[in-house]
Amino acid sequence: MKYLILIQSNERSLAAWDKMTDDEQMEFGRGHLQLSAEMGEAGVLVASEGLADPALARWVAVRDGERIVSDGPFAEVKEHLAGFYLIDVADEKDALAWAAKVPDAATIGVEVRPILDMSGWEF
Amino acid sequence: MGVLTPVEEVLRTAAPQVLGAVVRRYGDFDASEDAVQEALLAAARQWPSEGVPDNPRAWLIRVASRRRIELARNEEARRRREALPPDPVPDVRGDDELTLLLLCCHPALTPISQVALTLRAVGGLSTAEIARALLVPESTVGQRISRAKRKIREAGARFVLPSDTEMTALLPAVRQTLYLIFNEGSTASSGSSLHRVELSAEAIRLTRQLHARLPHDGEVSGLLALMLLTDARRPARTRPDGALVPLAEQDRTLWNRAEIDEGVRIVTAALRDTAVGPFQVQAAITAVHDEAERAEETDWPQILQLYRLLHSLAPGPMVTLNRIVALAEMDGPLVGLRALDEAAADPALADHHRVAAVRAHLLERAGDLARAREEYLWASRLTLSLPERRYLESRATRLR
Repeated sequence: MKYLILIQSNERSLAAWDKMTDDEQMEFGRGHLQLSAEMGEAGVLVASEGLADPALARWVAVRDGERIVSDGPFAEVKEHLAGFYLIDVADEKDALAWAAKVPDAATIGVEVRPILDMSGWEF
Repeated sequence: MGVLTPVEEVLRTAAPQVLGAVVRRYGDFDASEDAVQEALLAAARQWPSEGVPDNPRAWLIRVASRRRIELARNEEARRRREALPPDPVPDVRGDDELTLLLLCCHPALTPISQVALTLRAVGGLSTAEIARALLVPESTVGQRISRAKRKIREAGARFVLPSDTEMTALLPAVRQTLYLIFNEGSTASSGSSLHRVELSAEAIRLTRQLHARLPHDGEVSGLLALMLLTDARRPARTRPDGALVPLAEQDRTLWNRAEIDEGVRIVTAALRDTAVGPFQVQAAITAVHDEAERAEETDWPQILQLYRLLHSLAPGPMVTLNRIVALAEMDGPLVGLRALDEAAADPALADHHRVAAVRAHLLERAGDLARAREEYLWASRLTLSLPERRYLESRATRLR
């Protein structure tokens, strides 16, 4: 089963980041690299990425067949998605165990969402 | 099943025999498996244009053996300078597939690893094919396989057919792994999930091999029958847009008659000749459904009896829910709803997302449409299956 571990950036996470020493910040970044490697080695990693700042976001819409591109409307938003891990594991218990290893879990916490699959029960 | 090309058919049948022969000759499962995988990839590249050799198995064994020797050379060149043995012609034995299957489902491995290793070592699929089928990156599958092989090495497991007693202890894991592979593939067959259908065909092929080798294992027979009887409904189970069609509304003329007949024959013989087990009972239940030409002709009393038997053999939330569905079909939705409330008092069932789905159905049949709609919507939020969510939402919309 696939699960998405979401890492949010918000005022609390920024405050936690500001409080860290240089060494602690370095350790935090290294923690993410190590976790990716560990997930890869365990055969559970599907994808993991960090997202660029929302200031670089673009908004795409199509109206009357015309593509309209504008700057992201969320520039002033206080919370945004900063990164994610997409993993494929046996069950929720395993997913939660991996989530607990994300460095951000030790600062503000991370969200774990199951991914819908194509299985189906015959009613 | 008709999804394999002739070359694939030859490769997948030969894979475990070739691997068995090479492992027996060189002793090392890990490196031999890599060598066989490379031989299979070479054949998949060359044969379609150059033609299949007269003796494909011998060709594969020769290429894999050479590759195995090269691997050994790389590893040992510095330590040992002696001449390597000449081109061997290792022998093929009838037990190889079973021995491999038992090794790939070794108890030291997680189910996820068992699936990946079984598909590659016994099924002869490439890492890329397995990755496409499981919808994960190739590197992820590669890691699962190398980890699994390391675990097998660390556990000291060897490529030897176990004794009958050991085999009895190991077979449940094999059956479970094959069933897991089948279920990975036994899903909606539309669009992007096209490759997953191959997995049910692969699971049926491997289970058929196992059944031919162990015709007196009633649960292997039950598993094969269950797969065939379930797979038979696949053409009717989904709409072209991937949405689920409930059993009662399926166009039964689309069901695969040949698979149903074969499944019924196998499970009938197993129930007659061997000790009863959960797979046989599940197959029998599926057979009762498959044998009804119209949904209204379903033999619900028999299904209820079978679910009671299954409950005594292997209880679980799905068994309880299905027993209640059968009960409601016989005695009416109100009886079903009462039974459901009683069952949901058990914490193991209370949180199960399908409780809401079953309650919604029973409420709809009882005529309480407002509450039925609420339960459908609640159930649609709890499911992890996209087709199921669509289905539940559409039932709710219908009651608006």
